[in-house]
Amino acid sequence: MSQSLLDGQAEAAPGPARPLDPRTPSPAGRVTGLRQALRFVLRRPGLLLSVVVLVLVVLAAFRPELFTSQDPLKGVPSQNFRGPSGSHWFGTDELGRDVFSRVVHGAQLSLKATLIAVLVAFVVGGLLGVVAGFTGRWVDDVLMRFVDILLSIPALFLSLAMVTALGYGTVKVAVAVGIASVASFARVARAEVLRVRQAVFVEAARSSGARWYSMLARHVLPNAAGPVVVLATLDLGSSILAVSALSFLGYGAPPPAPEWGTLISDGRNYLSNAWWLTALPGLAVAATVLATNRVARALDGERGRRP
Amino acid sequence: MRRYVIKRLAQAVGVLWAAYTVSFLVLDFLPGDPVSAMAGAGMDSGQVDPARIAALRHEYGFDKPVLAQYADHLGRALRGDFGDAVSTGRPVTATLADALPQTLRLTGAALLLAAVLGGGLAVLATYTSRRWLRQLLLSLPPLGVSVPTFWVGLLLVEAFSFRLHWFPAFGNDGLRGLVLPALTLAIPTGAQVAQVLAKSLLTALDQAYVETARAKGAGRWRVHLRHALRNASLPALTVVGLLVGQLIAGSVVVETVFSRDGLGRVTAAAVTAQDIPLVQGVVVFGALIFVSVNLIVDLVYPLLDPRIVVASDRRAGIA
Amino acid sequence: MTRPGRRERRSRPPVPAHPLDENGTDMTTPLLEIRGLSVSYRTRGGTVAAVRGVDLDVFPGQVTAVVGESGSGKSTTAHAVIRLLAAGGMLDAGTIRFGRHDLVTLSEAELRTVRGTGIGLVPQDPTVSLNPVKRIGEQVAEVLRIHGLATRRAAAAEAVAVLDRAGLPDAAVRARQYPHELSGGMRQRALIAVAIAANPRLIIADEPTSALDVTVQRVILDHLQRLTEESDTAILLVTHDLGVAADRAQRLVVMEQGRVVEAGETATVLADPQHAYTRRLLASAPSLTGPSAAARAPITTAPRDASRPEPAESSPPLVEVRHLVKEFRLPRAAGGHRTLRAVDDVGLTLRRGQTLALVGESGSGKSTTARLVLRLTDPTSGQILFDGADVTTAKGAQVRQLRRRAQLIYQNPYASLDPRLSIGEVITEPLRAFGVGDRAARLDRARDLLDRVALPAATLERRPAELSGGQRQRVAIARALALSPDLVVCDEPVSALDVSVQSQVLELLAELQADTGVAYLFISHDLAVVRQIAHQVAVMRAGRVVETGPPADLFAEPRHAYTRELLAAIPGSRLPVPVADTATTS
Repeated sequence: MSQSLLDGQAEAAPGPARPLDPRTPSPAGRVTGLRQALRFVLRRPGLLLSVVVLVLVVLAAFRPELFTSQDPLKGVPSQNFRGPSGSHWFGTDELGRDVFSRVVHGAQLSLKATLIAVLVAFVVGGLLGVVAGFTGRWVDDVLMRFVDILLSIPALFLSLAMVTALGYGTVKVAVAVGIASVASFARVARAEVLRVRQAVFVEAARSSGARWYSMLARHVLPNAAGPVVVLATLDLGSSILAVSALSFLGYGAPPPAPEWGTLISDGRNYLSNAWWLTALPGLAVAATVLATNRVARALDGERGRRP
Repeated sequence: MRRYVIKRLAQAVGVLWAAYTVSFLVLDFLPGDPVSAMAGAGMDSGQVDPARIAALRHEYGFDKPVLAQYADHLGRALRGDFGDAVSTGRPVTATLADALPQTLRLTGAALLLAAVLGGGLAVLATYTSRRWLRQLLLSLPPLGVSVPTFWVGLLLVEAFSFRLHWFPAFGNDGLRGLVLPALTLAIPTGAQVAQVLAKSLLTALDQAYVETARAKGAGRWRVHLRHALRNASLPALTVVGLLVGQLIAGSVVVETVFSRDGLGRVTAAAVTAQDIPLVQGVVVFGALIFVSVNLIVDLVYPLLDPRIVVASDRRAGIA
Repeated sequence: MTRPGRRERRSRPPVPAHPLDENGTDMTTPLLEIRGLSVSYRTRGGTVAAVRGVDLDVFPGQVTAVVGESGSGKSTTAHAVIRLLAAGGMLDAGTIRFGRHDLVTLSEAELRTVRGTGIGLVPQDPTVSLNPVKRIGEQVAEVLRIHGLATRRAAAAEAVAVLDRAGLPDAAVRARQYPHELSGGMRQRALIAVAIAANPRLIIADEPTSALDVTVQRVILDHLQRLTEESDTAILLVTHDLGVAADRAQRLVVMEQGRVVEAGETATVLADPQHAYTRRLLASAPSLTGPSAAARAPITTAPRDASRPEPAESSPPLVEVRHLVKEFRLPRAAGGHRTLRAVDDVGLTLRRGQTLALVGESGSGKSTTARLVLRLTDPTSGQILFDGADVTTAKGAQVRQLRRRAQLIYQNPYASLDPRLSIGEVITEPLRAFGVGDRAARLDRARDLLDRVALPAATLERRPAELSGGQRQRVAIARALALSPDLVVCDEPVSALDVSVQSQVLELLAELQADTGVAYLFISHDLAVVRQIAHQVAVMRAGRVVETGPPADLFAEPRHAYTRELLAAIPGSRLPVPVADTATTS
């Protein structure tokens, strides 16, 4: 009898409405995996562009001198309020400082704040979620009630309360933003751990005698990690927005520092005569967030969530 | 049903109490010395008068043990008394009550706009059979959630106030003054509504009952609106409930951008002045609105979804 | 069947009218005539042909069954008829003549006038095929409303009448309920009502009962058949179950890999199958009427032969279960806490090296009993003895010792293997858990086990997603045997597999038992499967064991009414008896 009857055939004919078929996309070997990932990116121009943007932003954060030779803090007062041109891509501000240079140097501050925020949220929230989901019972109840409370306070209000308590500054703002998204990380991590913990293959491991730590490390965490990583990528984008909103409100780094939100806030005073002071730095922020969100979507999609 | 309502009400009260506790912990404990922070607020120089510190310490009960302070504060909060704002000396509750109507108008308009724009976009994008139109429409929501709100607001002001002179750039004047701020606030919210609704519409259209409906001979529009949308709107409704908190908080930024009076401006000023009682009032108040809206959503939900007769924990499943 | 609410049948809608059909007696011209139908699916990996050049006729008033295993294209063919293919599906070639229309060339708007009125669809899974937020009556009435066959008020009354005609008890009450308030069988009746509401001349039934329990399945199929006989409606019945097809259809169409390999009168095809694939299907269909295990060549290797007294009869009990009770707390209902007795005073004995089968329909408590025995869940009361030791309240180390000696094989091989691990890692997991051997020794053992379950050693490196369902189940069996356990609990181990793969896996299980002396606690809803493998059978219903005994006695002289009902409900009584002979001699 042909065992091969099923081989390939099952994949070949996706008959309509066959609910008993949780087919996972075939994960090939690791080397071909890399090549596949490359092809995956190259076939999607939007995604490719996003990756390029992110690489540029990270480069700008570490080596701003690669992009501009002009000083972000020193201006030439006689050359103030120049529109975008070949010598000043983003124009100049009220003190004659080169706006492009300020945006490039601002990447470092903004990126640092964003990473701190995501790290705080990922570590604290992920830990809460995994402990709650894996331990269950009253621990789960207590932790999740706490998370519910955090969720019930609008994120920005929670951040503002933290800023009021901690004071101003890039790092403090970042921690405040991170704390505000702890709750959603805890939620997702817990939901994933619960989902995987109830999967048949985990019970199969349990019934074949595996101990709890081996179940957690071998089965639960690797299978639950995906959505949390996707959330972290998405959270990069929303953290950039939240950090820049707080620095726009004036709680970020003190004035001369070229934080992205602060740049836009400064430009606000000259809205009627120098549009580029707000429009172009904002464009940089929007492009970065858009790029991270696109990458997050691709990560999510690769896990087979989207058709 | 009555049990369900009572249970939800009790949960809402519990969450509010806990939110108060969290705000108490954050605001009264985290700062090394809240009193010197408060004493310093409202003064221009860093000079702090020791006599003033002692007076404040006594006034706010910081000379008492922590638990006593907490019990004292909570007791007063229950009566609606959050103390006086340090910067102005007015009662916190009165300050918030004065600012509230403007903000409610703004967020209400934004919510309406977000639901109409976001919902319409999702329905149209999933209905159209033109590939390019679908692609175009579906690419808008990701854009909407990626742009900084304050930046969009400033661009709108630049375009519609300074160039075209259609709408006023600043202030609280009438309906015309409401258009730009409400639009600014609605863009990220509407984008999220569109994302969730489009996704759940696509899921719903994939379900077997849609095939049953089509096999009956139902047309596409009928299948789309009467079968798919009815089911897909349930998760979207939950999301709208969750987004209300975001709208209220978003008013901080939008009211600053458009120099409108309201809760958001009060909040921004309170944080700048490190006015702890006022910030605490705002946080608890934000939670109150959020919890109330979600309570309403929870109570409406069983009316829309016959499967939820005794809901144990719906949102946990969806999030 | 009384039909109090039924009205005069409406005249047939004019669209698909066939001139010869007006009197409804013409049996020579097919109602549905498919010629050269080809369907393919566009997937990420390219285009895959699902149906290739299929010819198929359905005559008025007849049941035509399309039989095949998963991936044979049977369901795709049925859906192509009403042009409701899954996303990415394309009709590449062929004609589908229905009445005077070629359905392939109709526009979407024209098709809508055929769907519902000309052709009704009874879908596969009743649990998800009704709109969860609409009342049953509303969903039936919708068909009439769409085609302008009734006003809003008349449609509501008519819907109740149709539901009644579809055999739904208390139709007027049910019409006001929502789908989740109805059982699976009732929902399928509601879906039948949807399909017959506008009196179509053809009903496409796509595996209409495969999601239902066997006793429910029989009642539904009986009813569907009666409806067709009364109104000379034709049915295109898609099924994987040859037994169902043999019992119900006048004509049989056998499909394999997108092609029709054999078609004709059911009796002719069954008596004298021409194609090798048909013979294979017939041979592997588990049957109750065929010669018992003795005639099935491969299974005779198992130490169970009706002619030979069972040597293990006197072997010591491995598992003894006494007065076992398991109660579940139901979610809070209006009247406070209620409990569900999933397992109610169950007593069982399983001897070493034997197979005890637990048989019952869904909700009978058979799986819960097995989980209790494995101590995966705690009993409410009762006693569980494993090899003489009381393990009822075993904790920690004692449970781990039990795990070492008692393993489990799950129903769904797609879910029971961690998708991230390689097959080697999956099989060695129990060895790792108990620290048996070093890495190399464990891999040796895995290779040995793969060989035993007839998989190539190269499988070690592969991942679950790369294997077929049957192969995955073999891997699960290898994992279960890794520690050489005394007991393996098999929870519906073959019900997710195609019949030809089913029989292979059952043979493998029997062989392994003969070689290693492992005992099986075998859970199944399928009496035919149980008959092949069990030494003892316990029939469960609503948490209780209603009857136990060796299969030969139990099947020949069932004492309990429920056992008789179960036996009578099994399809395939019309399958030819000397199946095995036909397969081997011709």
